[in-house]
Amino acid sequence: MTTINITLQVWRQDGPDASGAFDTIPVADVNDEMSFLEMLDLVNEQLINEGKEAIVFDHDCREGICGTCSLMINGQAHGPQTGTATCQLHMRTFDDGDTIVVEPWRATAFPIIKDLMVDRGTFDRIVEAGGFITAETGGAPDANLTPIPKPVADAAMDAAACIGCGACVAACPNGAAQLFTAAKVAHLNLLPQGQAERYKRVEAMVDTMEEYFGSCTNHAECQEACPKSISIDFIALMNKDYLKSKFKNRRLLSRG
Amino acid sequence: MLNLDSKVPEGPIADKWTNYKFDRKLVNPANRRRYEVIVVGTGLAGGAAAATLAEQGYKVKAFTFHDSPRRAHSIAAQGGINAAKNYKDDGDSVWRLFYDTVKGGDFRSREANVYRLAQESVNIIDQCTAQGVPFAREYGGLLDNRSFGGAQVSRTFYARGQTGQQLLLGVYQQLSREVGLGNVELYNRMELVDIVVVDGECAGIVVRDLQTGEVSSHSAHATVLATGGYSNAFFLSTNAMACNATAIWRAHRRGAAFANPCYTQIHPTCIPQSEPFQSKLTLMSESLRNDGRIWVPKNPDETRSPDQIPEDERDYYLERRYPSFGNLAPRDIASRAAKVEVDSGHGVGEKKNGVYLDFGEAISRLGVDVIEERYGNLFEMYDRITDENPYKVPMRIYPAPHYTMGGLWVDYELMTTIPGLYCTGEANFSDHGANRLGASALMQGLSDGYFVLPNTISNFLAPRLGTTPVPTDHEAFRAVEREAADRFKRYTSIGGTRSPDAFHMELGRIVWDYCGMERTKQGLEKALSEIPALYEEFKKDLRVTGGDTNVNQTLEKAGRVEDFFELAQLMCLDALQRNESCGGHFRAEHQTEEGEAERDDENYAYVAAWEWTGDAQQAELNKEVLEFENVHLAVRSYK
Repeated sequence: MTTINITLQVWRQDGPDASGAFDTIPVADVNDEMSFLEMLDLVNEQLINEGKEAIVFDHDCREGICGTCSLMINGQAHGPQTGTATCQLHMRTFDDGDTIVVEPWRATAFPIIKDLMVDRGTFDRIVEAGGFITAETGGAPDANLTPIPKPVADAAMDAAACIGCGACVAACPNGAAQLFTAAKVAHLNLLPQGQAERYKRVEAMVDTMEEYFGSCTNHAECQEACPKSISIDFIALMNKDYLKSKFKNRRLLSRG
Repeated sequence: MLNLDSKVPEGPIADKWTNYKFDRKLVNPANRRRYEVIVVGTGLAGGAAAATLAEQGYKVKAFTFHDSPRRAHSIAAQGGINAAKNYKDDGDSVWRLFYDTVKGGDFRSREANVYRLAQESVNIIDQCTAQGVPFAREYGGLLDNRSFGGAQVSRTFYARGQTGQQLLLGVYQQLSREVGLGNVELYNRMELVDIVVVDGECAGIVVRDLQTGEVSSHSAHATVLATGGYSNAFFLSTNAMACNATAIWRAHRRGAAFANPCYTQIHPTCIPQSEPFQSKLTLMSESLRNDGRIWVPKNPDETRSPDQIPEDERDYYLERRYPSFGNLAPRDIASRAAKVEVDSGHGVGEKKNGVYLDFGEAISRLGVDVIEERYGNLFEMYDRITDENPYKVPMRIYPAPHYTMGGLWVDYELMTTIPGLYCTGEANFSDHGANRLGASALMQGLSDGYFVLPNTISNFLAPRLGTTPVPTDHEAFRAVEREAADRFKRYTSIGGTRSPDAFHMELGRIVWDYCGMERTKQGLEKALSEIPALYEEFKKDLRVTGGDTNVNQTLEKAGRVEDFFELAQLMCLDALQRNESCGGHFRAEHQTEEGEAERDDENYAYVAAWEWTGDAQQAELNKEVLEFENVHLAVRSYK
């Protein structure tokens, strides 16, 4: 264990319509065993002691699974460690004397609520449009009725591991949500249970996504930033199904 | 005195649920849209109930204090979900799951509820699979199972180490579909701050918009609380940061009995506490005990690294003390055994506050690949937090508060003592007795949400056809709104010197020291004098910076901490009156010579249901006597 001294430059913004600015906060004696968010807890405790308002940031499970935490740390979504959400990033990644810039997710589709907290409701809209298998409670057949080859189940699980944090969007120069959407599409479209709604699903989800988010130009920054290391291969799968949907969903062809 | 009619249906245990479903009153599908139901919480129990009720045709309003229903803490469950599918043909059955659960709960749960849970367990797996939950599979494509503590059969279904996440996403997807269809009105970033009772029935809720500070009311024909457990009363627990007891505590203050608050589960395999700045504890799934072996050095002064300690100088204490269950002894037993080792100086690590969970033998038997396949993400998480590689050195683990078996008292229909107010999932007390078995929380949450509540609620709603919910401009709603708004205003105006977190930390330490893994009369009495003193200080010396008109997380925290102050006293009071040891409640005065829990069935085979009297320390005790007609009360042995 060692302690380090750092300087934070934190984005403070009082509300959705307020103008924001960076606040420079020196933080002394940071134990390098701390997680990044525990360091922010410490800073907040310090601010409250000084009679100032604590920095608002989203966080909850602190185990890297709930997807609530966010933060651009030195310009990188979830900070410098690959495959790691901010809550699991530790201060041992930083050096004594470092200046650390902390910003909210930067994307038009994620408006700032306050300080480092953003509204990711647009992700929910995408799922509401089709990110499900219609299987109302009660009518399910025995679970072993449909064997699913292990590689298929594994691939679906790889995609389903998405925690919906929004790092992919924040890291994308276009603010595109292809990786998030593709992960959900692939999870469900790979499974036999998902076939009935396969093309309807992909079309509805992609079309909803495009209402809010930018377009994908294959920078692959999303994959690098993803705390669950979800592969952009799923985007290819989604694009393929989306294209097919335009032929399969004949009922909708005349929309142009 | 409260009326604690459990409403357990007549008949043989295997027929009770079927009989109930036939006898209950029904609401015609075309009439269901004339009813409004409020569901608070969107985890497994709440989300599943909201989605299913909406599918059935009821008008549902769902509330979550998260930004999205998908964040609920059910998501963090790792290991798996039990179901009596008997896919392994190793002797499992509904009866065995029922028996294991009652025994695992140290004979302090209601038989009929547990039996129903075991019956519904099989439907859960079918339902989730149909939704696309990617459970682990064998190469032939059929579902795989693993073993969990307290069972000698393999009945746990899992999705890598992320079972809770996958089940919750299943629920979230089903709920999202209903939101998209307009059948569920979803309110996010809204926290329940009180419930409203009119003419003895629950009329609705008062919520605070976390983005604007605005307090508002919602009314419905029935209200469901599915707001999780209260482990954060300990400050440090494996619960997420925002988990709190406010919803159930405020309901308690309005007349809902609180049952068995002292039944708290300390999970045996968590990463040991490190520094005072630590904000929460991290669980390492119980599934690790399938392949990991728990040990400490025999010599308390051992200084060698674990790989240098020869076999004969290691004490595999669980295998030694409980040969038939070994490393898969139930949680309460494994936790206490770890405490015994650490207290006697055998602890490992720099602070000597942990025990080893060693995969060396499993890795040499199965190879790194198999272990990585089974536990890869857990090993990674451990490495990230501790900076140690568990493929090379054994993990260090220690028990931590994880789950609360206690909660709002509910009858067989999951209704609290306030008519029209239901409680599901971890928030109620119903199925786990004094100790919950691993992989049973997910089972209970989904059973309550998908299959139980949607069947029982019609019994309450049917006779209310044609009635309208109490309007929210009713004086009762106005009064509660004012009370809530004043409360939050008060926090910002105290102007003291200490943050809500500082108080929470100190409160948690008292609760952990005296009402944690081991309790004594003396310690509990001490806690009952220290907590009110600290609470008084809280009221005078709290400092909340910022205002009440936009996001203020310090203010949110203040409200939650205040409710923990009162709940913590009830936990201690309950632990003090229960002069026996059972499950997670271990009173040092009541143990066998070998240090095992000593139950007192003659005097304590009851549910302690507490009634609010206006003073946390003067709560009134009501008893629901537990009758065991199917399971023989026995000393719980895992030897």
